[in-house]
Amino acid sequence: MSTSTQTVKEPVPRKTFREWFYSRKVQKRLVIGTFVSLPLLLLMIFTYVPFVEMFQFSFYEMKYIGPRTFVGLQNYFEVFTRDDCFKALLLSGYYIVGAFVQLAIALYFASILCFKTTAGGVFKGVLFFPYLVCGIAVGFIFKFFYTRGFVLDTVLQWIGFSQESLPFWLKDTSINNISLVFTSFWKYMGQNMVLFLGAMMSVDSSLYEAANIDGANSWHKFRYIMLPSIKQVIVLNLILSISGSLSAFEPPFVITKGQFGTGTYFVIMDRLAHQNQKLGLASAMAIVLMVIIFVVTILQQVAMKKLFPDNDDNGRIRKVKATKGRKVSV
Amino acid sequence: MTLWLRAKKILFVFIKYATLLFMAFVSLLPLVSCVITALKSKEEYRLTNVMSWPKELSFQNFVETWQLANMGLAFRNSIIVLVFVLVFSIFFGATLAYVLNRFVFPGRGIIKNLFLFAALLPGIAMQVSVYRMMYNLGLINSMFGYIILMTGTDIISVTIFIQFFENIPKELDESGIMDGCTYFGVFFKILFPLLKPAMVTVMILKGVSTYNEYYMANLYLQDKLKHIVVSTSLYTFTGPLGNQYNYICAGVLITMAPALLVFILCQKQIYGGLAAGAVKA
Repeated sequence: MSTSTQTVKEPVPRKTFREWFYSRKVQKRLVIGTFVSLPLLLLMIFTYVPFVEMFQFSFYEMKYIGPRTFVGLQNYFEVFTRDDCFKALLLSGYYIVGAFVQLAIALYFASILCFKTTAGGVFKGVLFFPYLVCGIAVGFIFKFFYTRGFVLDTVLQWIGFSQESLPFWLKDTSINNISLVFTSFWKYMGQNMVLFLGAMMSVDSSLYEAANIDGANSWHKFRYIMLPSIKQVIVLNLILSISGSLSAFEPPFVITKGQFGTGTYFVIMDRLAHQNQKLGLASAMAIVLMVIIFVVTILQQVAMKKLFPDNDDNGRIRKVKATKGRKVSV
Repeated sequence: MTLWLRAKKILFVFIKYATLLFMAFVSLLPLVSCVITALKSKEEYRLTNVMSWPKELSFQNFVETWQLANMGLAFRNSIIVLVFVLVFSIFFGATLAYVLNRFVFPGRGIIKNLFLFAALLPGIAMQVSVYRMMYNLGLINSMFGYIILMTGTDIISVTIFIQFFENIPKELDESGIMDGCTYFGVFFKILFPLLKPAMVTVMILKGVSTYNEYYMANLYLQDKLKHIVVSTSLYTFTGPLGNQYNYICAGVLITMAPALLVFILCQKQIYGGLAAGAVKA
């Protein structure tokens, strides 16, 4: 059947079906078609269709099952006026500050471990390992850790605090958000450190040798060789931590379930969506945050272009080489 | 003068190791306290302070936790999920990366950007409507559904494979074509075997993140008797068992053990892969 239509279509049947099938053009289309279609289909089903649907939902009052009513921008007004929604976004302040502190500390330990250190590999591993612990397990570990009279209280008593002077780490609203931010620090600091360390290690080692000949000390090496070459990674991580903090979720979700004033934006959204089944409102919340994250990401791109006009790798290597030449000649 | 310099140097070394030791203490303290508590017998846990070392080691907690949380089934299910997610992710990631890296065709830029943009969308927020999609497809409470979802939302492996393809010379493909291979032949016979290092990276990164994933597992695998996985097995200890920390600590340590093993065996690949997969932070 297919061969007969083939002969009808082609006026001069120079090629057989086999030749046609194995021609590069057809093969190219075939390989593109087969290799792209399935992943793209999955991407559509599980990311983009839900994304569009969510945008739709945000204009309705609806549950997972049952009728829905169009309410226009009502949900968006609610996001900005409801007590629990927008105030939750302010909690991200704790997480942003925490993330900055975390990056600074990660940078400190990365620059220490970058130079020769006794048992450096062991320290690196110990600081990094918490990153590989399952989020739920981290939750339980720290529930235990912070329970009154348990791990943290005991250790603080060793160094002289009395039990009465210590707060309830997870219930006291003046401190519980800081306790939660700390769990996130505990898990992710090592990961940041390893990223920084990777960037530092990629610096041409002959630069350090040249600096040694010039009599530079460790601080000079850090300030004039290491820092410039990893500036880009640092700035990128600073900006990423803002969008990461806005979407902070895991610590309050697994440790306090958002009680005692620890419900971050996503914890509230999760509760509205899956417990209260306020699907429209939850969708509006998600869209609002996505817009914010999108804006932050664009600002990030602009900032990166402004700060590092030649941020392609070749440019960096050329610059580094030039510095090296200068250093040696001095 | 030299004395002053030497004093300064000693001070620096002191600060360096003091801070390192302190940070290592901070990292280890929560884990060590778990080990201590898990090794105590029930009575000893009740009667002593959590940080006092157990008088005699008892492994009873591990045995009972294993049964209470149905961890045999949890590990079996987690292994099934891991195997399928990794096989699918590697296959889809490698094939897609091959096409996006080696061919120029209309829509290539759009497809690439669709994947990059998807990495920006926060996964938790998406579940609001993904849940409805899963519900309509009848994929709730199905291992297959969870596996497909974990594969379909995978961006990391594509990025890792694309980066890797950029370093494989195109002359290899061309010599394959000269020898009469089709593009499929080029991919499966020549390039696929060369991807082994990238596959190891994907297996470790994706493996650890799949093994640790709990939010979607809890949301979509609701039948905790049948579809329990390792991460959700820990949910057994919420509710009435919520303050039985001798069990909880043992459970935490059991779930952590495979991650620790992988970490000890493949430290280098994990550190290296982290930089490659850092796109989705």
